[in-house]
Amino acid sequence: MGEKKGRPGEKKGRPGEMILSVLGSLFKKPATMRYPFEKFRMPDHFRGQPKFKSELCTGCRLCIRDCPSQAITITKIGEKKFEASIDLGKCVYCAQCQETCPRKVIDITTDFELAQLDRGKLKVTFHADTTKACVEESTGT
Amino acid sequence: MNALLDLLRILVFPGMIFLVVMGMAGQYLDRKLYARLQNRVGPPWYQPVADLFKLLGKESVIPEEADKGMFRIAPVFALAAVITAFLYIPLWNARPVLSFQGDLVVVLYLLLIPTLTFFLGGWYSRSIFSTLGAVRSITQLFAYEIPLLISLLSPALLANTWSISGMVQYYAEHPYRWLFNLIGFGVGLITLLGKLERVPFDAPEAETEIVAGSFTEYSGRHLAFFRLAIDSEAIASSSLLAAVFLPFGMGLPLWWGVPLYLAKVAGILFVLAVLRTVFARLRMDQMINFCWRYVAPIAFLQVIIDLVIKEVF
Amino acid sequence: MSDERVVTVPIGPQHPALKEPESFMVDLRGEKIDAVRMRFGYNHRGIEKGCEQRSYTQDLYLVERVCGICSYAHSTAFVQAVEEIAGLELPRRAVYIRTIIAELERVHSHLLWLGVAGHEIGFDTLLMYTWRDREQVMILLARLTGNRVNYGMNTLGGVRRDIAPEMIPEILKVVDSLEERVKYYINLATSEQTVIQRLSGVGKLTREDALSLGTVGPTARASGVDRDTRRDDPYLAYRDVSFKVITDTHCDVYGRTVVRLGELLESFSIVRQLIKNIPDGPIAIKAPRRIPEGEAVSRYEAPRGEDVHYVRGNGSEKPERVKVRAPTLANTQSVSKMLEDGYLADLPIVIAAIDPCFSCTDRMVSLRENDGNEGRTMSWEEVSRYGVEWHKARGIDFSRVRIPGGAGA
Repeated sequence: MGEKKGRPGEKKGRPGEMILSVLGSLFKKPATMRYPFEKFRMPDHFRGQPKFKSELCTGCRLCIRDCPSQAITITKIGEKKFEASIDLGKCVYCAQCQETCPRKVIDITTDFELAQLDRGKLKVTFHADTTKACVEESTGT
Repeated sequence: MNALLDLLRILVFPGMIFLVVMGMAGQYLDRKLYARLQNRVGPPWYQPVADLFKLLGKESVIPEEADKGMFRIAPVFALAAVITAFLYIPLWNARPVLSFQGDLVVVLYLLLIPTLTFFLGGWYSRSIFSTLGAVRSITQLFAYEIPLLISLLSPALLANTWSISGMVQYYAEHPYRWLFNLIGFGVGLITLLGKLERVPFDAPEAETEIVAGSFTEYSGRHLAFFRLAIDSEAIASSSLLAAVFLPFGMGLPLWWGVPLYLAKVAGILFVLAVLRTVFARLRMDQMINFCWRYVAPIAFLQVIIDLVIKEVF
Repeated sequence: MSDERVVTVPIGPQHPALKEPESFMVDLRGEKIDAVRMRFGYNHRGIEKGCEQRSYTQDLYLVERVCGICSYAHSTAFVQAVEEIAGLELPRRAVYIRTIIAELERVHSHLLWLGVAGHEIGFDTLLMYTWRDREQVMILLARLTGNRVNYGMNTLGGVRRDIAPEMIPEILKVVDSLEERVKYYINLATSEQTVIQRLSGVGKLTREDALSLGTVGPTARASGVDRDTRRDDPYLAYRDVSFKVITDTHCDVYGRTVVRLGELLESFSIVRQLIKNIPDGPIAIKAPRRIPEGEAVSRYEAPRGEDVHYVRGNGSEKPERVKVRAPTLANTQSVSKMLEDGYLADLPIVIAAIDPCFSCTDRMVSLRENDGNEGRTMSWEEVSRYGVEWHKARGIDFSRVRIPGGAGA
């Protein structure tokens, strides 16, 4: 490294090039968002948590076949009544299940704040209700 | 009664407690400025205090192969040296807690000790990264210390005294003469970056190369003392620079003098923070090259200017 | 100076200089580097084997997650290979959309690299500024594709989402704003004295070495090797756009910076051309679930260099073999050459200058002995025992370790 005399050929170089821009930042609002005090809204059509509308499901299980991480399980609880459980820890939020489903049973929401302290709480079960689709977070299946 | 007052001055104000509190305030100012200059938010005002208490509460792990005595004593030595140095520096009037002829040299020596303790602490940690950091600390010493010493001694040459309080008195009697020393002030600021191991001269503590240099193996209360020593060293050196190069307004009454002193130190810390933000880290050989090729000659120039002024007036 | 003791410093697998685990054992004399020994494998996840056990649709998402930064490169290279085996002819609009996303990914990757390079030389301000600007393109990609990384845009036969007409002004706004910022960074990199001092003369790699060690991407182009898969072997919509291939003759880290910054400007120009000429039409065609027998090699110019995917289908729903050759595997061979006669302080920036992505790199490589034998296969127990014996021979104490399966101890 001894041959370089501290100043390369055609590059002139001035120290402190950034100083004006840096001093200007003192007067600008910081670029940091004070999450979680300031909420960040993801854009529409962001792929967040999938939701399952049990009343439309026919039990074809095509979603399970196409899920890359086997996050969905479908259980039959009665004649033409199916219940699904999605493991949010395994889900990669690719929305392939929504695309594959022929009956538009799965909806992708923009919800991304899904962290839990207990791994069991990551399994979300969508119960089949005759009146409306209700969602309940349960511990384990 | 006098002894009690003196003890209070040494321990509380403007001695140890004052220095430590100022050190933490200085760290806050530096980190907040650094963040705002980078368009970020920065830590809240109590961050340095919180860090200190957190570190004090953690377990201090000492490597099996390290020399336990040296490992433990190095941070305490650093803090003690800095506090002692601070006692000799005139802050807002020409009467520091202690003073005698020649205390400028003693203060400079005491402010050298922290760097030596970084070396000792790193060397006796017996870890590869610590050793590399320690060696870099000492090597860097050869680069910045000479220009720093020269630039600090030139105002003393003009004032014809080796005591800092004597210098302050001289410049109070001859107003505006400190303007001749501004080149030395510039040199002092740049070499201060080296002493405090800040970018662009923070090769001894280069996070991406040698993890944390001398402090790699430190944790818990030993690291807390080291950090306290570094923060206090920043305040002590800034106060020294303010006393030597900006000795105006030293005769003002206390309620003007203290804010003026705080403003001077804050100004120096501001400049240091800005310099920290706009440069990249220089490699060891580039740093030595830079210091000896550009900074040392300018320091010599300052000496010559002061000698000439002394003859003229 | 030559009888100074040689000290071995372990850079990695865990080290602040590395973003991903990789082991570099560096022999030092003082501050000068004597030799560098590299070991890979810390990031191996068995993705190629995992691909063989999943259907093509599932593999789309698995291959995407080979890497976070160049995820689209892998996804597209894979899907191109599969579509070639199946003989699918994609609608032009789908191809254009893929190319736009590919170039936007290159933008985000190069801005990320700029920040990382700044951090490695101790210039944290550059890191903060570039990553702040990178947020613009991340948010844009989230709006276009539904996620900030791992876009999930590709499907067999096209893309999954369309670019709505109201998104087009937004894309152009982001491109314009980023172009100004990139021009500022170019000015900064070429005139800030400390940056020039850290980047110049460091990590030198002559043109002959670059060719013989097989470097690809900006690393090779900075040594004057004029190769770019987008021009030499056009895929996606690159035949319809005109762009310059940026090369540089500096042969060092400074050259690599200049090449990447130039590529950013070219990407902006490409995106503008694509948006102007994007054709209408469908965004996907129906693809069969069973891919016929056949094999294909697909090459893609990822932000780090040439990414090669090989896929072999056997008529079923699952591929028979998927092989990924990431660009970093080709570039790491040159790192020890670059570090010859260098300083320890230069090691982080030299490694960062090849833009390493060790997640991409760690795949299975089979080495054959010179006598042509097939090599040996070990069972799980044998592998476990081998590992324990290897560590015991290096002085690790296993007396308090319980090894499942009972090997060793």
